[in-house]
Amino acid sequence: MYIIVVGGGKVGYYLARALLDEGHEILVVEKDPDRNEFICSELGSVCIRGDGCEVATLTEVGTGRADMFIAVTGDDEDNLVACQVAKHKFNVPRTIARISNPKNEAIFKKLGIDVTVSSTNIILENIEQEVPTHPLTHLLNIRDKGLEIVEVKIPPHSTTVGKAVKELPLPQGSVLSLIIRSQQKPIVPTADTILQAEDQIIAATTPESEEALRTALRGF
Amino acid sequence: MKVVIMGCGRVGARLAGLLDIEGHSVTILDTDAHSFRRLPPDFSGTALVGDGVDEESLKKAGIEEADVFVALTQGDNRNVMAAQIAKHIFNVSKVVCRIYDPLRRELYNSLGIEAFSPTTIFAQILKEKLER
Repeated sequence: MYIIVVGGGKVGYYLARALLDEGHEILVVEKDPDRNEFICSELGSVCIRGDGCEVATLTEVGTGRADMFIAVTGDDEDNLVACQVAKHKFNVPRTIARISNPKNEAIFKKLGIDVTVSSTNIILENIEQEVPTHPLTHLLNIRDKGLEIVEVKIPPHSTTVGKAVKELPLPQGSVLSLIIRSQQKPIVPTADTILQAEDQIIAATTPESEEALRTALRGF
Repeated sequence: MKVVIMGCGRVGARLAGLLDIEGHSVTILDTDAHSFRRLPPDFSGTALVGDGVDEESLKKAGIEEADVFVALTQGDNRNVMAAQIAKHIFNVSKVVCRIYDPLRRELYNSLGIEAFSPTTIFAQILKEKLER
């Protein structure tokens, strides 16, 4: 595949390196002359100096035949415009934008960017998982379906310990898919499964019923 | 008419002053409070520190009731992003933005954003002056 990467910072550089290793044809567009030189000396002639939001630059690098266009500069608005130019001027089939401000996720989607990756959200989620007291952790978002996979830990003094799954006021659209217990194989919960302290429950839910699910599983 | 202007540079401040004199309700946004020194001393509108590509700042500036949104920062991309938020998220009926890069202006005009390129306009004026 021919893939254009806009932004040759740390993300752009490691991304280009990984994609090159997979055998793709890569071109990095980077404004800064020092970064440009660095990437060319490390990866070969795969970087050109220029503004990845400019139609002239993108014409020069043959954006019209690109299969994928990935904008990973540190500025959300630059990534948005670069992807929009690629999409609307050059009809690139797949555009991916990195975003720093999680609030921009919905905006980018509405403005026609195919995929957004929020670095801030990913870091937050990873840290949340490491905080032992955190009641609910996001594991995965299934965006097109409006679903998310979450993990809820049952604290030892929770009012739900000893209750069966069927007794819990689970919200509509939430499904418990797996219970992980220490020293045991993971179990698929049924209506009669009894909750134990320290259970880790993996569930599918919607963003709206996340709060209700947490309350149902952990009690008040 | 309720107007929200993003960017209090020379052009933004001047436009805000002109609209204010005519009795329009003007709110001007800038990320740097120091920029508001450019506003005329008798400016009766609202000057707000805030980022025009941030939904919350735009709401505070009253974008939901605005009739007009004008994006006039130094950054083409910031202007383009703010203009699209105003148009597509907040459904402001008239959205105008400045894009220095003529090619980018063309593209966004074709995407339904009313954009002006000072580069093209000024070069044209200069050319006409020189040829006279």
